[in-house]
Amino acid sequence: MLSDDAATEAVLFGDAKHPGFIDALSNWGIPAAAPAVPATTTGRGARTPASSTPVPSSTPTAPPARGPEDRPSNSSYARAADQLVAADASIALARDSGFTSAVTYPPPKIFSGQGAMFNLAGERVGEMIVASPTAQHVSFPSAGANGFSSFPGSLMGMMAYVHQVFLDAAHYKEARDIYDKHPQGLVRPAYDHTLEGVLESPRILLPAQRAVEIDRMIRFAATLKVPAVLYGASEGYRAADEIKQANIPVLLSLKWPARLPDANPSIPDSLRVLEVREQAPSTAAALAKAGVTFAFYSDGLAPRELMRAARKAIDAGLSPEDAVRAFTLNAAKVYGVADRLGSIEKGKIANLVVSEGDIFQERTRIKYVFVDGEKYEPGSSDAPAAPATPATGGLQ
Amino acid sequence: MRIAKLLAVLLSAQLWAANPIVIRNATILTVTKGTINDGSIVIRDGKIVDVGTKILAPAGATVIDAMGKYVMPGIIDCHSHILAESINEGSVSVSSMVSVGDVLNPESIVMYRALAGGVTTANILHGSANPIGGLSAVVKLRWGKSANELLFEGAPPGIKFALGENPKRRGSSDASPAVTTQPANLRYPATRMGVEDVIREALLDARNYQASWKDYDAKKARGEAAIPPVRDLKLEPLVEVLEGKRFVHAHCYRQDEIMMLLKVADEFGFKIRTLQHVLEGYKVADEILAHGAGASTFSDWWGYKMEAVDAIPYNAAIMVRKGIVVSINSDDAEQMRHLNIEAAKTMKYGGLNETEALSLITINPAKQLMIDKRVGSIEVGKDADLAIYDGHPLSTMSKVVQVLIDGEVYFDRDKDIEQRPVLESKKKALLQKTSSSTTTRRPQ
Repeated sequence: MLSDDAATEAVLFGDAKHPGFIDALSNWGIPAAAPAVPATTTGRGARTPASSTPVPSSTPTAPPARGPEDRPSNSSYARAADQLVAADASIALARDSGFTSAVTYPPPKIFSGQGAMFNLAGERVGEMIVASPTAQHVSFPSAGANGFSSFPGSLMGMMAYVHQVFLDAAHYKEARDIYDKHPQGLVRPAYDHTLEGVLESPRILLPAQRAVEIDRMIRFAATLKVPAVLYGASEGYRAADEIKQANIPVLLSLKWPARLPDANPSIPDSLRVLEVREQAPSTAAALAKAGVTFAFYSDGLAPRELMRAARKAIDAGLSPEDAVRAFTLNAAKVYGVADRLGSIEKGKIANLVVSEGDIFQERTRIKYVFVDGEKYEPGSSDAPAAPATPATGGLQ
Repeated sequence: MRIAKLLAVLLSAQLWAANPIVIRNATILTVTKGTINDGSIVIRDGKIVDVGTKILAPAGATVIDAMGKYVMPGIIDCHSHILAESINEGSVSVSSMVSVGDVLNPESIVMYRALAGGVTTANILHGSANPIGGLSAVVKLRWGKSANELLFEGAPPGIKFALGENPKRRGSSDASPAVTTQPANLRYPATRMGVEDVIREALLDARNYQASWKDYDAKKARGEAAIPPVRDLKLEPLVEVLEGKRFVHAHCYRQDEIMMLLKVADEFGFKIRTLQHVLEGYKVADEILAHGAGASTFSDWWGYKMEAVDAIPYNAAIMVRKGIVVSINSDDAEQMRHLNIEAAKTMKYGGLNETEALSLITINPAKQLMIDKRVGSIEVGKDADLAIYDGHPLSTMSKVVQVLIDGEVYFDRDKDIEQRPVLESKKKALLQKTSSSTTTRRPQ
C-alpha cells in the first residue's frame, strides 16, 4: 500500500496520476526472450506475411514428431515465474515508460507455458510475482513453410493437436480420480507433465488477428471447453459484437499492422490490406463500445513506443479513460486479479504512474512511478529513488 | 474490400428473402426434368416452389427477367481445396485428426471467383499427401457469410484417402538449406504396397479403438470400476467410416491401386463413396460399379505425372455408359471457374448429350455427396441454387450473369462491373492517405 503522504504529493502537484500500467502479454523480464510470435496464422490464403519464426516443434537433434502423443512444441509445464530475472534490463526500461506490471510468458511454442504477472521492481523475483500461473499461452507458429517435416505441419494440424491435448488432459484428470477411488484392480495412469501443465492453467490465450481468425478461435475455445482469451485482434473492429456475444476477453496488440519496410515496392497492397491498416486502431474503440473487456499489450514494441501506439487508438475513437483502463484495470480483470491490482483503491497494491499532463501525449514526461509503494524516477537505476522526503517511510 | 457492396447485396437479398422471386422468360435446364423454353421459376424462402411455362408472378414478387438467358442448377464441385488455409497435414501417414472445416477462410477471393463461374456448392477436401488424410467439408459458396454459415447443413461427413505417388512420397531427405538442421522425416510408406498397409493398419486400429469403447461401456453397465479410453481424434473418424457414418473420397489414378482400395473396403465392410481423379477408371469400370463407388474425374487433364499417362479424355463418358455416377471436378481454383466447359468436353470425347454433360457438374456430384435431395437440379422443393448464363452454359461463349444460393443473389455481373471503379477510387484514396501521412510528418 501507498502511504498517504506519497499519494498526497502527487495530487498536490497537479500531475496526472494513474494506476500503474500493465503490459498484458509481454516478454519483459525474461532475458533474450524471442520476440513474441505474431498472433497470426499463415498458410494458403493468409494475408499477413509469414513470420520468420522457424517451426519450433523439433530441435536440431529431436526426431520428427509423429503425432500428438509425441507432445511436439509443448512446454505447457514451463512457468515464466521460474524464468524471470529481477535484474533484466527490460524491467527498468518499461518502468521508465510508466509500466509497473507485466504478464510475461515463456518463449512461444504451440504450448508456450504458463505466464506470470509480476511487478516491475524488486530484488527477488518471488516478491515481484503478483499472480502465477496466469494462463497457458498457445501460438500457431508459421509451419506453412514445410508441412511435411514434423507433426503438426499445418494450421489444422496444430488445432487438432491442441484439441487432442485438451482431451488427453481431461481424460488424465478423470482417470486419476477413478484410480484414486479404485486403486486395486485398475491400471495405474501414467504421469504426464505436459498434461499437468495444461491442467494447472486457469485459462488459455489463443492467437486471433484477422476477423476470420477471431471467429475461428471463438469456436475453437468452445470446442476446448476452457476459459479463453484472444490475443492480437487487429481486425477486431469487424468482430466486436461477435466477441461480446462469446463473452471472451481480448488482449489487443499495440503493434498496429503496417507495411513492412522491406516490402517489395513494385507489389502494391490490396484494398483489403489497406483497409485493415487504416482501421485496425479503431478496434479499441469498437471493443469498448461493444462492452468487451480488453487490455493492451506490447507485442514486441519497445516500452517507449507504447503510448504513441495507444494514442492511435484514441485518435480512432477510444476515450482516454478507456485507454487507461486497457492498460490497467482490464488487464487485471482478464487475469482475475482486479481485487488487488489495476486501480487506485484503498488496500490494493500501490502501483502508480505519475506524469506531467496527458500520459498519452508523446512529449509528456513520466515523473515517477510507484511499484509496490516504492517510488522510482525514470532514468534512475534499478534501485528505488532515494527517498527525498520521509514519505516513503510509511510503506507497507 | 467490397464490404459496402456486400452489404448492398446482402440487404437486397434480405428483402428478397421476404418476398417471392420469379425468374421469367428463361431457358431452364432442369437436368432431371428436361429443358423448358420460355419458362419461369418461382422461389420462396430459398426454395424452388414452382417451375414451368405458364406461371403468373405472385403478388409482390421480385422479377428477374431472363429473356434470352439460360438457367441451370448451381454447379457442384466434388473436389476442391479453395478456402482451406491449410491443405495437407503431410507430416504423418494418417492425419484423420485434422479437419479442413477448422480452417476455412470465407473471405478468400477465390470463392467469389468460383461463384462467378456458376459454382454454388463445393466439397473441400484435405490434400493427397498421405494414405489417410483429414476430414472434409461440404460448403455452399455464400460469399459474405462466416465460415460456419458456409457449411452445407446436414451434408454427410467425409474424409480423404489417397493412393499412389503422392502418399508414397517418402518425405524430404534432401532438406532445403532453410531446414537442414531438421532431421529428414522419412515417412512410411514408400510403395503402393505400403499405402495399402497403412490404410489397413489404421482401420485395424480403429476397430480396436471401437472395441475398447464397447468393452468400457459393458464394464460400466455391469457396474465395474473402469477407466474410459481416451478420446482419439485420429481414430474416431475411422470408426465412423467403419460404421458407414463417414464417407471416403479417395484420390487415385491407376487401376491396380483402385482395385486394392475396393478390396480393402470390402474386407472391412464399408463402401468407398467416390474415387477422385480415377484417371484409369475406364479400365475397371465394371468393378467400380459393382462396389457402388462414384467417380469424380478431370475432363482431359493428362500426362502431368507418371501415374497419369494412361489417362484418356473418354474416361468420364465410358464410366457414364457403364452406369457409374460420374462427376467432373476442378481440384483447382482456376479450373473451378469454368466447370461448365470441362463438362462440355465430354460431348466431344465420348458423345454424351447435353443433359448427361450437365449432370456431371450438378446432379451427379450431388448424389456423390448425398445432398441430391437438396441440390443438383431445378425441381420443386429443392434449394434455389441457380446459375444464370447469358447463353447456353455448355458454350465457351457464355458468361455467368447471376448466381443465386438459397434464393439469394450472391453474384451479379452487372453490379460487380459497376462496383469496380468505386473500389478503385477507394483504394486510391487510401494509398494517397498513407503516402501523405508519411511525407507530412514532422519530427517532434
